[in-house]
Amino acid sequence: MNGGAPRRVWGLVYRHLALYRRSWPRLLELMYWPVLQMLVWGFVTSYVGGNVGAAGGAAGAAGVAAGVLLGGVLLWEVSLRSQMGFSISFLEEVWSRNLGHIFVSPLRPRELVAGLACMSVVRVVVGVLPAVGLAWALYAFGLFSMGPVVVAFIAALLLMGWAVALGVVSLILRYGAGAEALAWSILMGLTPVAAVFYPVAVLPAWLQPVSLALPAAHVFEGMRAALLDGRVAWDHLAAAFALDAVWLAVMAWVFLRQFQAARVKGALLNIGE
Amino acid sequence: MPSPAILVEALNKRYRNDAPAAVSDLSFSMPRGATWGLLGGNGAGKTTTIAMLLGLLVPTSGRVEALGRDMARDRFAALARMNFSSPYLALPSRLSVAENLRVYAHLYNVPRAEARIAELAEQLQLSDLLDRPAGQLSAGQKTRVALAKSLVNRPELLLLDEPTASLDPDTGDWVRSWLERYRAESGCSILLASHNMAEVERLCGHVLMLKQGRVVDQGSPAALLQRYGRDDLEEVFLDIARGRAREEAVAA
Repeated sequence: MNGGAPRRVWGLVYRHLALYRRSWPRLLELMYWPVLQMLVWGFVTSYVGGNVGAAGGAAGAAGVAAGVLLGGVLLWEVSLRSQMGFSISFLEEVWSRNLGHIFVSPLRPRELVAGLACMSVVRVVVGVLPAVGLAWALYAFGLFSMGPVVVAFIAALLLMGWAVALGVVSLILRYGAGAEALAWSILMGLTPVAAVFYPVAVLPAWLQPVSLALPAAHVFEGMRAALLDGRVAWDHLAAAFALDAVWLAVMAWVFLRQFQAARVKGALLNIGE
Repeated sequence: MPSPAILVEALNKRYRNDAPAAVSDLSFSMPRGATWGLLGGNGAGKTTTIAMLLGLLVPTSGRVEALGRDMARDRFAALARMNFSSPYLALPSRLSVAENLRVYAHLYNVPRAEARIAELAEQLQLSDLLDRPAGQLSAGQKTRVALAKSLVNRPELLLLDEPTASLDPDTGDWVRSWLERYRAESGCSILLASHNMAEVERLCGHVLMLKQGRVVDQGSPAALLQRYGRDDLEEVFLDIARGRAREEAVAA
């Protein structure tokens, strides 16, 4: 990036921060789903844990199982909010018919990506932190009780969210705003194979390679190792970051190809339905 | 001798292989400090040409240089010194006028951004509107804000797509007077696409008449009026749009 790049990236971030400052429903929406998910899963784990205890099961084991579920919910929200934060910030430019102005400014595509990634981090912090606090207050589950490794888990999931979001933005460049539904649904669709709530080993053998190709599966295997065995699964952590690098490189290539294709088709001035 | 503000050589654009050319063999050289007009009916290729000049659209063949920079290889260096305004694009409606201008001051790396915004607000009579959301402004106010956005980086080259579309005559006249004064004071080069013939006649020193993606005639408004034996550019436009030859028009 050249000398003016940080300021151009800040310009884009400032545009979105100003939008949130003036639109409380958008701010509320950021927190709404993570908090709702946490409440539903929190009560489910309380209920299941209570039944296990009543049936004579070990209360400690029920507590650990609850922790695995709540940890899964919170960490998966990081990836979901990261992907949505990136894609929806791009869609805000489409909805406001501002994309043409952005693309005739000196903002480079990589700076656009950097700005959207910054907004994704902001949205994750605003969206997920209240749910983390609620898990601690209502269910005595501390996400950071796993130790500093949780920061690495969060980073790996953020990166995965950006990779998927680059794919979503590429589809919007290719198919117009008609592809916007994918911004909400695409990562949600990966939940069954992301090993969020159960180990990869639970999946049928033919599906396991698909699961292991996702950084998230390694993060959640690592989370279970931290919560159940109290150890850091360095192999899974390394695999998660390596896969993030591969996915980001592939999706960045797809994004740049679609961006160029949109310049050939003339789609940048009038991305719409 | 400085490079032209815009140099276009053998420019062609075909959106699909089986579609007719949107722009065909377009060449021109617009000198610095000039105001030129692009005239033509709907689908004549004005917006396609402007999009290629801005690097938003990749030509099928041909070459565009803006302010001496090749838009295929070095477009960001040129874009920092250019700007664009079109009624078909909007600014984020929930952001205030000041916030919108601040965003673009950052994107164009404008030094002393707040002073520049205050200066533009005063020149374009926006001072009382700075805190208003852009979406709550009238059409005339939005046009003035869009102009302020397009001038925030003191562009050396300004591309305007129908700058007074949907404005009442009084506001349209105000914008035209303001553009005349701004060009005289700043020395900025302006290329404007318009359907308003009186506007083009008043502002432009040279006009490119486009039809089906080709330049079918060009010259100063006075030269075109004389060539077609008409009293105003609207009649010249109709002669060209309806395919009447110059000789036929003069004879009529």
